Amino acid sequence: MTPVHPWAWWAWALGLAAALSMTTNPLQIVLIVLAVCAVVLLRRSDAPWARSLRIYAVLAAFIIAMRLFFFIVMGSGGGTTVLFTLPQIELPSWAAGIRLGGPVSAEGLVFTLYDAGRLAAMLLCLGAANALANPKRALRSVPAALYEASVAVVIALSVAPQLVESVQRVRRARRLRGGAARGWNAVTAVVIPVLADAIDRSLSLAAGMEARGFGRTRDQRPPSPALTGGLLAAMLAATLGAFLLLGSASPPLGGALLVLGVAGTVWGLRVGGRRLSVTRYRPDPWTARDSLLAASGCAAAATMALVGTGEWPTLYAAFHPATSPLTWPTLHPLMLVVAGLAVAPLALTRAPLPATTHPGHLGEAAA
Amino acid sequence: MITFEDVTLTYPGASEPTLREVSFTVEEGDLAVVVGRTGTGKSTLLGAINGLVPHFTGGTLAGDVRVAGRSTAHNRPRDLADVVGWVGQDPRAGFVTDTVEEEIAYGMEQLGLRPAAMRKRVEETLDLMGIAALRRRPLADLSGGQQQRVAIAAVLAAQPRVLVLDEPTSALDPTAAQDVLSALTSLVHEVGLTVVLAEHRLERVLHQADTLLWLPQDTHGVVVGPPSRLLLTCDVRPPLAQLARALHWDAVPASVRDARRRVQREHLRVTAPAVVPLSTAPARVSVRDLTISYGSLTAVNRLSLDLRPGEVTALMGRNGAGKSSLLWALQGGLPSTGSVSVDGRDPRTLSAPQARRLVSLVPQTATDLLYLPTVAAELAQADRETGSQPGTAAEILSSLGSRLPPQADPRDLSEGQRLSLVLALQLCAEPGVILLDEPTRGLDYAMKDHLSRTVSRLAHEGHVVVVSTHDVEFAAASQRTLVMADGDVIADGPTREVLTSSPAFAPQTTKVFSPTAVLVPDEVRGAR
Repeated sequence: MTPVHPWAWWAWALGLAAALSMTTNPLQIVLIVLAVCAVVLLRRSDAPWARSLRIYAVLAAFIIAMRLFFFIVMGSGGGTTVLFTLPQIELPSWAAGIRLGGPVSAEGLVFTLYDAGRLAAMLLCLGAANALANPKRALRSVPAALYEASVAVVIALSVAPQLVESVQRVRRARRLRGGAARGWNAVTAVVIPVLADAIDRSLSLAAGMEARGFGRTRDQRPPSPALTGGLLAAMLAATLGAFLLLGSASPPLGGALLVLGVAGTVWGLRVGGRRLSVTRYRPDPWTARDSLLAASGCAAAATMALVGTGEWPTLYAAFHPATSPLTWPTLHPLMLVVAGLAVAPLALTRAPLPATTHPGHLGEAAA
Repeated sequence: MITFEDVTLTYPGASEPTLREVSFTVEEGDLAVVVGRTGTGKSTLLGAINGLVPHFTGGTLAGDVRVAGRSTAHNRPRDLADVVGWVGQDPRAGFVTDTVEEEIAYGMEQLGLRPAAMRKRVEETLDLMGIAALRRRPLADLSGGQQQRVAIAAVLAAQPRVLVLDEPTSALDPTAAQDVLSALTSLVHEVGLTVVLAEHRLERVLHQADTLLWLPQDTHGVVVGPPSRLLLTCDVRPPLAQLARALHWDAVPASVRDARRRVQREHLRVTAPAVVPLSTAPARVSVRDLTISYGSLTAVNRLSLDLRPGEVTALMGRNGAGKSSLLWALQGGLPSTGSVSVDGRDPRTLSAPQARRLVSLVPQTATDLLYLPTVAAELAQADRETGSQPGTAAEILSSLGSRLPPQADPRDLSEGQRLSLVLALQLCAEPGVILLDEPTRGLDYAMKDHLSRTVSRLAHEGHVVVVSTHDVEFAAASQRTLVMADGDVIADGPTREVLTSSPAFAPQTTKVFSPTAVLVPDEVRGAR
């Protein structure tokens, strides 16, 4: 079975994130989060980037904790059910509108919790995309005209963890010299060895890439001004179109501009890409399954968008439970449909084979 | 295959050329080894083969370098990618992608090969280097030896006719190094590839080398010849060359087997020096039940050990056996359980400046300790941070036999000079215990001799000295040897006993005269 196209995972995850942004019902949020976690845990590979979900989970928990902390300490009034009252600090008159301490209402707390939970869940969706689709592999499928830019991003992505490792090593080594450096010296004592390390590494990477033929098939002549100008105009048109469409000032004109702009950009990138005759080894094929996968995420987003139009007030209310006065969130059958779309990848794909076909030197590498 | 004609290379700002009027030819299918002391221009010579020197590094090149008939004057390194494959020291620094298969394909993508041809060559290359089982593995999860084999496979996929390797094993442990070198020799013998490589531990490749390219010090030239003759006169002396000189032989044996045969043919009789028993002086360092864990991995497992002054202790074992962890724990820089006592105090409970006066550690990447722009500034900083008389560190440095230009940037020094500098900085705190983690990496034979004399002197002055090393020849100069495996000490005793008892840890001289327990060529000087 061919592996899933990385952009299909990203479309699925971004669709779910968009869907999440359009609801505050905690039941719906929890359902989607459970679905996303299930898909990641059952469909990720054993590569290093697949272990990144935990970092995003920690970050999500941090977001919720911070939002609650700030609400409790500086929360605005509103709500009649006071849970407890913190001692209030009187602030000078110029800080009017900011409050430190004071009563904490259940309504406000619940509202903050819903809102923070939604944001945290959206972050988890990004984490899921990162864990399921290697970001570097995703960048391999960009148009040839963006090849150099994608190479730069890929290198930056691999340098970051090496830099962290380098900083840890140098910080540890500082103890050996008594850790005596203070102030500015303490900064240089870490920064200089780390930078020297990074520069050495970049130089050897550059030498290696040069020796392996990087940039060899590039057309050395400067690109034609017509192409550059056309591409720029197309991108401007696309931006303006998107602005008009979302601003709802003039949707038909906006839509037309957006379509024209996108078409122009695609044409420009294709023509630009011909200047570089780099080939791709085993490019990820886009299969019908990938389309379904991307569609499942987009369908979830589209469902929410329909609810969000407000055409069906009861439905809208179910997805946005009131917090003042407090009500129990209700589970609408449509939420199960959205959650079903979120777990669709489990039905569409199979678990990847382990990359390790023999036990090998894993222990050695870890040490 | 490779022709250098009157090549003179000068780097910008240098007062004299790095290579002067160099002319030589490497025949097709040869394994040529570039040897020379550190700083004689080995990397420059290797880089000149595919044009990285001077296209990438800068400098002016006079004369002509031709590879398979193509001159580097008109071809950039990228244009020669299908003729010359170039592999650097640290494979990790050269990886552009994430997984084995993609890394191998990368070079061919750059050459614009058709996907079908690419697919076929990737499969062939995976088999050729014996890494087919690793194809989907992330590069970061591979061991050092596997990574270097992937790096070689990655340049081989473009089907070059020449392979150039700049110290491909310097970042590897001996097993991994052997792994890589045997893969290389099979490329020479089975595929007929021309290979040029630089290697510090010459004993590892000597038996396979067809030609030696020797860069003598100070002359900036290149001397070319067969290893057996050239090694008698050249300033790079692997153990077998030292042995040949000690026995006044007219040629250097290519392998231990050749040397053994000649010893038998000439009926040489040698007597082993007596085993010197371990010191019985009171222990200065005593460790009981030391355990170090990283998560679920136990690096050192309930280890107990006494270290006495006056002895150099060599610490040996595979990568990941727990050597570095043990040294860091002795210094107190790593959380551990069990008891550590150095002169009656526990370095783990002391502040960093106090611990440093008790135990000094020179880490594996010694440059991590250097951060000032000049040698003089580093020495002055060491005086200040240890509260010593100004000039103390500089005095220690010259007593180590190193004269370094005070205004030089520490990062421009050679590996050996940098090691002397860091050692001087660390000795400035007058520690009783000195630990060196893998100091022999990147050192040439003369520098290793120098280091070996330095640590012996420190031990004689009453220091406790522990040196972790992969180099059995270096360990042979110590008095006590500890072998670690999987977090345990599996052998501990006088060096002569430990190193001569098993072939795995025996120096080459020992293997030649086995079962007579001699360790170094000096012990058989003039035997007949």
